[in-house]
Amino acid sequence: MTSLPITLTINGHRHELEVDPRVTLLDLLRERLDLTGTKKGCDRGQCGACTVLVDGKRINSCLALAVSHDGADVLTIEGVAHGEELHPVQAAFIAHDGFQCGFCTPGQIMSTLGLIAEGQAGDDPERIREGLSGNICRCAAYGGIVEAVLEAQEKLATADRRAAA
Amino acid sequence: MRDFDYIRPATIPDAIAAAAEPGSAYLAGGTNLLDLMKGGIASPERIVDISRLPELNRIERLDDGGLRIGALVRNADLAHDAAFAKAYPAVAEALLSGASAQLRNAATVGGNLLQRTRCSYFYDTASACNKREPGAGCDALGGENRLHAVLGWSDACIATHPSDFCVPLVALDAVVEIEGKEGRRHVTLAEFHRLPGETPQRENALEPGDLIVAVRLPAEAASFAANARYLKVRERTSYAFAVVSAAAALVVDGGKIRAARLALGGVAAKPWRARSAEAVLLGADANEATFASAANAALADASPSGDNAFKIELARRIVVRALTSALAGTPERLPALPASPFSSAPGARHDA
Ligand SMILES: Cc1cc2nc3c(=O)[nH]c(=O)nc-3n(C[C@H](O)[C@H](O)[C@H](O)COP(=O)(O)OP(=O)(O)OC[C@H]3O[C@@H](n4cnc5c(N)ncnc54)[C@H](O)[C@@H]3O)c2cc1C
Ligand code: SF4
Ligand code: FES
Ligand code: FES
Repeated sequence: MTSLPITLTINGHRHELEVDPRVTLLDLLRERLDLTGTKKGCDRGQCGACTVLVDGKRINSCLALAVSHDGADVLTIEGVAHGEELHPVQAAFIAHDGFQCGFCTPGQIMSTLGLIAEGQAGDDPERIREGLSGNICRCAAYGGIVEAVLEAQEKLATADRRAAA
Repeated sequence: MRDFDYIRPATIPDAIAAAAEPGSAYLAGGTNLLDLMKGGIASPERIVDISRLPELNRIERLDDGGLRIGALVRNADLAHDAAFAKAYPAVAEALLSGASAQLRNAATVGGNLLQRTRCSYFYDTASACNKREPGAGCDALGGENRLHAVLGWSDACIATHPSDFCVPLVALDAVVEIEGKEGRRHVTLAEFHRLPGETPQRENALEPGDLIVAVRLPAEAASFAANARYLKVRERTSYAFAVVSAAAALVVDGGKIRAARLALGGVAAKPWRARSAEAVLLGADANEATFASAANAALADASPSGDNAFKIELARRIVVRALTSALAGTPERLPALPASPFSSAPGARHDA
């Protein structure tokens, strides 16, 4: 079938694109837009490496057709830092050795942003582990990641309290 | 992935008309359909994207006290709806025990009911599979089949239905609201999925074009809220399909069971309502001996379909444990590891 026109806002930038309906959001990001921070691991919803936020919610971009997300607001790892300043979640991952070879780290960070936004985990390490269980990493950085999430949540909550005061 | 036409109808009648054409498939969250298309197991010629149809993403309270859940409500949104989780805790627990947070954010109510089996031979197009290709044979018979069915299977197919969500739903008498070319109709979830018989490719009560518009829970379903649990054993503590699962819901008064609901997952081609076990429970004393008799009744007709005799004993124990957990009371807040027997029951340790 012929390509279809879609509009996506990716990391704050509007893109008008023509896409083959078979193209997944993951392949569009990586192959067409050169946003290769989002990784392709399993390509079947099983590893979480392709996690991005769509309209504020984390999903697996490998199981999402780009055409089906026409009009969506997408956040990828490339849009997380403020210029040269790392997002607190990124900084905490570095501080706590939350990534090793780094392949899964973008997905882990996007998933952490989703987890924090969902507000379900709190400071319970077991809830954090369960909440991030859709991100599978063979580098075994899990322990560091839990520490990083706890620290980043604390920092973000402090920043929110300051902003509210 | 094979080429397909993509359409996004604006109305329900347009969607039904488009999907009634041969070779069409609805797309909701896409988390199962795209997976199957990538594997070459499904290859629709036309994708009818229903993900934005209006009015199907609402949770509505009905005048008779029941609840109507739109087919496009996301699994995560339903589970995290505070009023829903309070009234139907076992359903929320089942939803949160399924897949991962990313998948639950995309997966829909209708899509969860219609997800296909995870039988590995069904997924491997080089294997013979009667469900994929009627008449081809079944490589799971005599194959690697320790996770296959122990109830209701036939020589044509021994696959299980993988949904968690459907297990407490069938226990609570959920009804599927379907719209088709001839209008709307209601089918109980117990009758919605079919056993394989000679036609394992026919998995449910839908006709071409039929759209699931909602799932309804009757008013009575909320009366079990104080004593309802879902329990799921899997090969790791999270992010895996059930080996065996059970939903148990009780109404207990003065030590006697006034009402009981029980269903099993991972054991058959459909979510398995255990009515004979419910009959044992009804009116009996709420204790371990009763629960053991109920478990025996639930599995009385079970038989191994291969290397899975262990599942029968496992299912008995899960039934006893699910009933025991239900009797102990629904936790205030769901445990950190929903539905996991390795979570400290009943969740108190995790409440900050
Ligand atoms: C890695 C992985 C792990 C998983 N683990 C679990 C688990 O532990 N437990 C569990 O229960 N599930 C699990 N799932 C399955 C997941 O829950 C399903 O893929 C999901 O619920 C399907 O919903 P969807 O909206 O994405 O459906 P889609 O993929 O969009 O559709 C699935 C099917 O339903 C049809 N359909 C969808 N909506 C309608 C409708 N309204 N009317 C008629 N037909 C419709 C489609 O045509 C298609 O045939 C897992 C999935 C993956 C990929
Ligand atoms: S058990 Fe059913 S789904 Fe699996 S290979 Fe046999 S026929 Fe196919
Ligand atoms: S690449 Fe999407 S989940 Fe693995
Ligand atoms: S960071 Fe190396 S595999 Fe996950």
